[in-house]
Amino acid sequence: MQPYDGPLLAATDLARSFGPHRVLRGVSLTVAAGETLLVAGPNGAGKTTLLRILAGLMRPAAGEVRVRGRRLAHGDPDARRPIGLVSHQSLLYDDLTLAENLAFAARLYGIARPAEAARRALAAAGLADRAGATPRQLSRGLLQRAAIARALLHEPGVLLLDEPFTGLDARASAAFRDLLRARAGEGRALVIVTHQLAEAWELASRVAVLAGGRFALERPRAGELAAFLPRYAEACAG
Amino acid sequence: MVFAALVLVIVNFARDPTALPALALAPSALWITFAFGAVVALNRAFAVEREHGALDGLLLAPVPREALYLGKLLANLAFVGIVEAVALPLFVVFFDVPLGHALGGLLAVTALATTGFVAVGTIFSAMAVRTRFAELLLPVLLLPFMVPPLIAAAGLTARLLEGRPWSELHGMLRLLILYDIVFVTLSTLLFPAVMDE
Amino acid sequence: MSPSFAAARAAVRRGRAVTLLALAGMALVYLLALRYTPVELHQGLAQKIFYLHVPAAWTALLIFSLMGIVSIIFLWLHDERLDLFAEASAEVGLMFSAIMLTTGPIWAKPIWGTWWQWDPRLTLTLFLFFLYVGYLALRSSIHDPLERGRFSAVVAILGMLLVPFIHLSVYLFRTLHPKPVVLKPSAPSLPPEMLRTLLIAFGVCLALYAGLVMMRYGAGAAERLREAGGEGGEVPDGA
Repeated sequence: MQPYDGPLLAATDLARSFGPHRVLRGVSLTVAAGETLLVAGPNGAGKTTLLRILAGLMRPAAGEVRVRGRRLAHGDPDARRPIGLVSHQSLLYDDLTLAENLAFAARLYGIARPAEAARRALAAAGLADRAGATPRQLSRGLLQRAAIARALLHEPGVLLLDEPFTGLDARASAAFRDLLRARAGEGRALVIVTHQLAEAWELASRVAVLAGGRFALERPRAGELAAFLPRYAEACAG
Repeated sequence: MVFAALVLVIVNFARDPTALPALALAPSALWITFAFGAVVALNRAFAVEREHGALDGLLLAPVPREALYLGKLLANLAFVGIVEAVALPLFVVFFDVPLGHALGGLLAVTALATTGFVAVGTIFSAMAVRTRFAELLLPVLLLPFMVPPLIAAAGLTARLLEGRPWSELHGMLRLLILYDIVFVTLSTLLFPAVMDE
Repeated sequence: MSPSFAAARAAVRRGRAVTLLALAGMALVYLLALRYTPVELHQGLAQKIFYLHVPAAWTALLIFSLMGIVSIIFLWLHDERLDLFAEASAEVGLMFSAIMLTTGPIWAKPIWGTWWQWDPRLTLTLFLFFLYVGYLALRSSIHDPLERGRFSAVVAILGMLLVPFIHLSVYLFRTLHPKPVVLKPSAPSLPPEMLRTLLIAFGVCLALYAGLVMMRYGAGAAERLREAGGEGGEVPDGA
């Protein structure tokens, strides 16, 4: 991919309603290479909606998303290529084994020798011995690892994560944090959306609070989470 | 497929053998079977993608939505084709149909008509799966769209089995081909509108 | 983009006026039909139902074509007014096709001696009715207005192109299998009085459509504004 030195991910004035509910009312954000934006907010604040719009899965009623400077539009499928999404669903087919699932994903991205790419990705995720298992046979933690392996398969420059720590025990969470930190270190842009501030706090380079359909607060992360919590509660209350 | 066999059996038993020859009912029975088989198959078409958000996985990929539609259409055609391939021999046996001379024509007609309603059915099942009452909605939406291909196909089947001349066939054959062209093209173009949330 | 409350109320008021006028027109048509047009020689008084049946059928067909065209523009511009118009049209179209489906058999029983014939036109109208039903069923099963608009637009566009195909297929089927004893209801040279009355009736049906759609459109627009207002959006005036 050709070099690009603007922000990897930029969104301007995103708005979206579901019927009468105006979920987003003008959200703008930019995330540069190596940065991790933590978007926090109460349940139902529109965090998932925001992430789905950033991923190009949902069309905003107003505003636009640019990935590596290129506007997301369904007429331009290649603009989506640098996006990786870890949603709260695994995006895996239940009837296929992990190896088959990943090979299929590799084929979607036009990766050469998909079976081999799948094997490599599974090995890197510590799932080499589970390649023949179907998603149904995996524990929540292992399934999450498989979902991450799928999301990282095509080396995305922008990684979007929706509540990635749900259902993970302390050890799995810590391992996962190390992995994400490494990814950011490689110069990727990360957006983590969560209501579990504690799990993601130390990964963040910036923190934004989504409340009332807007960023009620956005600032660089500094200091301890405990010092931030009163501000967070205030922002959520609007 | 069990379903397909069931329909064939019921139609055969409902027929009064002294009043109607088997051949008179055979085309209708065959196409009723195919139509129901297709609806059952289409209802499942996007169910696999629904689980665990696999559909999101497809939509994230740098693949045009139009290509996803065509891929899904081919997969559905393969699936309905298998059901038909099972139902056809059953049909020949149950109705004692002298198929020999008409087999090639019948296969062509089946392919054309199936393509027509599966093309529309694929885009409708993509919509229905995102609604409540998906299993009910798909047949309600699809029914009017099955009329032209089914009428043409049943008519053609009857004439093929009776060994009628080409001049009696080509009108309906043209209709089937035109239907396929129009609705495959249109569904492909409209599919992106169905996929974006 | 979206209409205001005042505009919605005005649309309902205008629609009500037009509808009342159209209903009065309908009464006039029947006065004409009974007094002015000759009694058809073979069919007698039963033929009078045609002044309702035929214009209703024409209107129902016209409405679906209109919905298809509006839906194409909707997928392009995403203006919710177009979607509201299509929705209102579908409900009125359903009404017209129901009128045509009920008046048809009422006429057919004394004339054909049977309630139903698989005549091309009849079959077409039956499936047109099903198309309307499917369209409205789809609408009622989707919550998000954006998604509802897009999905139903797809059905309307596909449906618009389906109509000629249904007609063609039934027509081909029947002409190749001529029925010897079917009494054809065609009247190649309609007496001028009949034709004139028929055209007036068609005009009245169109006016009725316009009136009802304005009412439904206004009511639908007000409904959406109320929903949006309830969520802390713009506060509507006097709602």
